[in-house]
Amino acid sequence: MFSNLADKLQDTFRRLKGKGKLSEKDVDAAMREIRLALLEADVNFKVVKEFINSVRERAIGQEVMGSLTPGQQVIKIVNEEMTGLMGDKQSFLARAGKEPTKVMMVGLQGSGKTTTAVKLASHLRRDGRNPFLVAADIYRPGAVKQLEVLSDSIGEKCYSNLEADPVNICREGLKAANRENADVVIFDTAGRLHIDDEMMSEISSIKDELKPEEILLVVDAMTGQDAVNAAASFNEAVGLSGVILTKLDGDTRGGAALSVRKVTGCPIKFVGVGEKIEALEPFYPDRMASRILGMGDVLSLIEKAEATIDQDKAKEMEKKLRQQQFTLEDFKDQMVQLRSMGSLDDILNMLPEGGNIPKEIKQMSLNEKSLIRIEAIIGSMTREERYNPSILNSSRRRRIAIGSGTNVQDVNRLLNQFNQMQKMFKQMNVAGKKGMSKKMKKLKKNFPF
Amino acid sequence: MNLVNQFKSGLARSKNGFMGRLGGLFSGGDIDEEFYDELEEILVSGDVGVQTSNKLVEKLQEEIKKRKIKERVEAKNLLLELIIEIMASGQTDYEPDQKPYVVLLVGVNGSGKTTSAAKLASLYKRSGREVLLVAGDTFRAAAIEQLEIWSDRTGVDLIKAQAGSDPAALFFDAMNAAKARSVDVVIGDTAGRLHSRYNLMEELNKIHRVIGRNIPEAPHRVLLVVDATTGQNAVAQAKSFNQSLPIDGLILTKLDGTARGGIVINIQDELDIPVCYVGTGEKEEDLAPFNPEYFARALLEV
Repeated sequence: MFSNLADKLQDTFRRLKGKGKLSEKDVDAAMREIRLALLEADVNFKVVKEFINSVRERAIGQEVMGSLTPGQQVIKIVNEEMTGLMGDKQSFLARAGKEPTKVMMVGLQGSGKTTTAVKLASHLRRDGRNPFLVAADIYRPGAVKQLEVLSDSIGEKCYSNLEADPVNICREGLKAANRENADVVIFDTAGRLHIDDEMMSEISSIKDELKPEEILLVVDAMTGQDAVNAAASFNEAVGLSGVILTKLDGDTRGGAALSVRKVTGCPIKFVGVGEKIEALEPFYPDRMASRILGMGDVLSLIEKAEATIDQDKAKEMEKKLRQQQFTLEDFKDQMVQLRSMGSLDDILNMLPEGGNIPKEIKQMSLNEKSLIRIEAIIGSMTREERYNPSILNSSRRRRIAIGSGTNVQDVNRLLNQFNQMQKMFKQMNVAGKKGMSKKMKKLKKNFPF
Repeated sequence: MNLVNQFKSGLARSKNGFMGRLGGLFSGGDIDEEFYDELEEILVSGDVGVQTSNKLVEKLQEEIKKRKIKERVEAKNLLLELIIEIMASGQTDYEPDQKPYVVLLVGVNGSGKTTSAAKLASLYKRSGREVLLVAGDTFRAAAIEQLEIWSDRTGVDLIKAQAGSDPAALFFDAMNAAKARSVDVVIGDTAGRLHSRYNLMEELNKIHRVIGRNIPEAPHRVLLVVDATTGQNAVAQAKSFNQSLPIDGLILTKLDGTARGGIVINIQDELDIPVCYVGTGEKEEDLAPFNPEYFARALLEV
């Protein structure tokens, strides 16, 4: 579904790009596609309506008609409006004038509050802060225990009391945090339905007790149209200060981000991107905008690659690529580096124009097992074979298969994929000469192949 | 509170929600372009998805023409029929026909598997069956403790292993225990996993194989737990899980909120996976067999 929509939008934009002048009809056709894309991305339909109207208004005006490349102008407007809606800059956690800073986590059941509370603590610790956790979810069986176990696993302290009510727990928890000299206290509250009056008044009592600097709504990125109802109700009840979007590591387009942002006016401060405690990242509005629109999260990819890949090696690689000297030895290195970057799917999805990547490479499943197999196969080759795979005749292939504990088909498949990749880089080189965009150039430089 | 009332009160609350009432679409007036537009909005706002909504509306248009319908009220009944027809087409029989009858619950993180496992165990127990719960989520911190508490509350026995241990091995032992104790029904909880995680999906497949090796034809039912607030991604979830192991049905959870769970129409229509149960609260008895008519009425807000 993901790539289909991205392709569709890109197709529409391509059509727009192809024309010298835009008629109202053209704009409407594009708007229909964007509407569909946004609705399929789970942006709330009312939000979509408003969005389309404002883009349309701007697009049909002279701004577009008068400009030289109308298609590009429409894309720009869509992007600007979207980024404008998402908030145009990154938003950080508030800090109390007088420490500790109090952060309260609220949300529906199953949105990921407890896990996120601990992730946030871990993030703050890495930032040099001294966090403290308070377990105020006395309703879900095992919730307190979950927070205790997770806090313990990262060596953070956690206050709990199974006998008290949540307001008292929070009050005592704050005292305990003060005794520990914590500079930030994270309160994990129970998941609740936004229409449960009793439970909603409970969080408002907790808020009155704590007067927290931050009240963060934890929202599942896969939420559909109903995200607006929950977000609006929570905002009304306690006055949110920010949002954390969880489970963004799946293949959801995360349109809920836009809906929630629109109805609460609150910035999204963090996103949860995995099961590991470290998997909490700052939120980049522009990237989310292009994810929802399906335009490829090029920036994220560049940053991910930069963080992972040794710069000198990358330079050397680029040189090799230019000279078409990409060998199996390099291929193996790249596989190892890739493994630390996350799945190939993630990376491919972040690229714009996903269609340019050969099917063989797209279908290559980069799970742990197959990576280990690739390493084993290449490891069973001689140095000469790695640098010059063309000498690999069937008897050599058989030997390699036996040596790596695989079979000849596996070896052949790997060689095929390697060939495809070499071909792809040749194409990238040609494209580069034809004036690749700056982003793509930078991307290519850092792309780990 | 019975289910109809639960739906209705959820409905009443949603009317006061942020978006307010969608308008008395079916109260009167002609069947015109505006009617169809508004209808599409109602469906889309219930997470039915644009494409499926359009398909439904088109089908409705056809039928309206065929039957020469003029009144909106009649159109409403027709649409209800259409939705009920789609949603009632699946096999949702849940009577155990074998012993032990093994039910496995799978789903993404936070969809409500553990709670649903407890509720389902309680449902079978209340119908007079000997039930065994398996705490198959060995990954999430305190998931085992969570099910232990439920086991105490419901009086259903629990098989568990150490946190972090191999769930497939646990299920192997649990199947032996089920046979030895000659229980009627085994309910297996599993760790939440995003369907895009290859290795985790493989693990699920392994669990499925191990159970089947121990008890032929088991698990007899694999139920995917879907949060009613989920949007279009639920289809991708159902597809991926169904590729790893055959999904027999859905448990649609958190229907006591304002979300209407319309995405299940898409799943039923496209993948032929029916909804078997709905979760409507936090208590052990808050799980009921799926009723297509209640669902359709709640979806259309009538």
